[in-house]
Amino acid sequence: MTDGAPFFRLDWVVDNLDMLAQRTGEHVVLTLIGVGFGILIAFPVTLLIHRRRRLIGPVLGVAGILYAIPSLALFGLLIPVTGIGLVTAEIALVSYTLLILIRNGLAGLDGVAPEIVEAATGMGHTRIQRLWRVQLPLAVPVIIAGLRIATVTTIGLVAVTALIGQGGLGFVIITIGINRFFPTAILVGVGLSILLAVLADRGLVLAERALTPWARAGSGEG
Amino acid sequence: MTDPELAPAPAASGSVVAFEHVTKRYGNGPPAVTDLSFEIRAGEICVLVGPSGCGKTTTMKMVNRLVEPTSGRVTIDGADVASLPAVDLRRRIGYVIQQVGLFPHLTVAENVAVVPRLLGWGEPRTTERVEELLELVGLDPGAYRSRYPAALSGGERQRVGVARAMAADPSVLLMDEPFGAVDPIRRERLQNEFLRLQARLRKTIVFVTHDVDEAIKMADRIAILQVGGVLAQYDSPDRLLGAPASPFVEHFVGADRGLKRLSLARVRDLPLESPVTVVVGESFAAARQRLPDGTTWALIVDAQQRPLGWIAANDVAGEGTVDASMATPGSTLLQPESTLRDALSAMLVSSVQLGVVVDEHDAMLGVISVAAISRTLQDGAGSSPP
Repeated sequence: MTDGAPFFRLDWVVDNLDMLAQRTGEHVVLTLIGVGFGILIAFPVTLLIHRRRRLIGPVLGVAGILYAIPSLALFGLLIPVTGIGLVTAEIALVSYTLLILIRNGLAGLDGVAPEIVEAATGMGHTRIQRLWRVQLPLAVPVIIAGLRIATVTTIGLVAVTALIGQGGLGFVIITIGINRFFPTAILVGVGLSILLAVLADRGLVLAERALTPWARAGSGEG
Repeated sequence: MTDPELAPAPAASGSVVAFEHVTKRYGNGPPAVTDLSFEIRAGEICVLVGPSGCGKTTTMKMVNRLVEPTSGRVTIDGADVASLPAVDLRRRIGYVIQQVGLFPHLTVAENVAVVPRLLGWGEPRTTERVEELLELVGLDPGAYRSRYPAALSGGERQRVGVARAMAADPSVLLMDEPFGAVDPIRRERLQNEFLRLQARLRKTIVFVTHDVDEAIKMADRIAILQVGGVLAQYDSPDRLLGAPASPFVEHFVGADRGLKRLSLARVRDLPLESPVTVVVGESFAAARQRLPDGTTWALIVDAQQRPLGWIAANDVAGEGTVDASMATPGSTLLQPESTLRDALSAMLVSSVQLGVVVDEHDAMLGVISVAAISRTLQDGAGSSPP
């Protein structure tokens, strides 16, 4: 901070609205790609380990290791292979969603009452019909709980990818704010990032409500 | 439930289900079911009963191949169930499990429509069938079709479960403790309703329970299993109580098997007596006119002939009009399907030892007395065929 400069420069925010909007848009896109590919990988893997339970340990083990690697270290490992850029950033982001998505997906499927599954079987569902018509719909609340955590986590992590030339709001926070000692950018970047996280979380809560009208049916006796 | 006139009573639509030397063994352990052979006649309710670990549920599940026998075979109308694809077989067999097993994420109508949709029926046909079934089990489609199971009482869920199992008009119904989740009073009513329904539909029903009283009430024939899935006796309830085949059966049906034979006769088997009634709103003088000398109690009914309770004859002395609040509550109301055992029990706890019998609209049909039941006992209760 230079002498006499105000801590928060509203004029800078006003002058840079277009840039902030663009970086926020990037942030959303980076998040959507990360969570989207996370779902694309986690969904079939969850179905596989739900059925072949011997694979649960190894799969969750690998996902756990990916989750535990510090992001900087992961960039360091990936840059020689995939270079500096979007692919490296997304590989990191996707890696961090997998453990959460797979573990919650499995918990959701396993949480369906065994008598419900048996009723479905006894009424003549094939395995696939039972999965799509009974088990997955009933697992939705737990699956979405995982999706909410994964999404909010990813929104936070996107900022770090500014270190490899991506970053969305991370560019505002790190490249402009931290590197140039400019607190206004840090505050605005962090604030927008938090706002995105809250909006995404509320959106998913609304999606869950829309998908599970039965969960609010109120309970009769017994 | 609905009027019997709504649909013509069909001939037995059930199939013959037979077990032929069926044994089930899990791993190397002792058999869960041992060399079981018996035949269930078309249109009959066969109750599988026995202590826990007797293999009754395992036996039932071999009919729709949720369990595959280790040896022997199960046939439906002579065809080995193993010869059919399991999925096709199951869609042709109704299935009601403990706690009913409704799908919580589907509405009542969607639950009932599950098997029709699996069978690929069109929407109009499915919708029509759903409405018909809800009416059949006494649930108003308008009020219930869009509700979720969580918003239903135990009894309502049970009815939806039965409607769902009947959806594709199966010839065989498997029921695993279907009334287990309902309180005793409602259970009695649901059992009666179900028997009324079965009298019209004549499905072949395999019914599992651990409750020997329920078995006696529901069964045309009872298969008593002992631990290891050994068939101890397969007989009509009356024979089972009258001539238990072994000390195990005798012990299992209980020391009160004489009393239990009362469970085999129904209120409708006795001639009903007409009680002296007074009607709400009539004057004491008018009421007195209809009381024969020496009458101590009269039944108060409302304008729809629904019984409200008892009134002592000297309560209508003097001037006044009969009021509902004058009624002394009597025993539980009986239905024609109630067993004499339940009737006797209800009457013994009542101040007036008469049981009031009502139809499905709660209108009075007549009364029965302890003396009438006692006469039946001396004549040999329940020895008459149903």
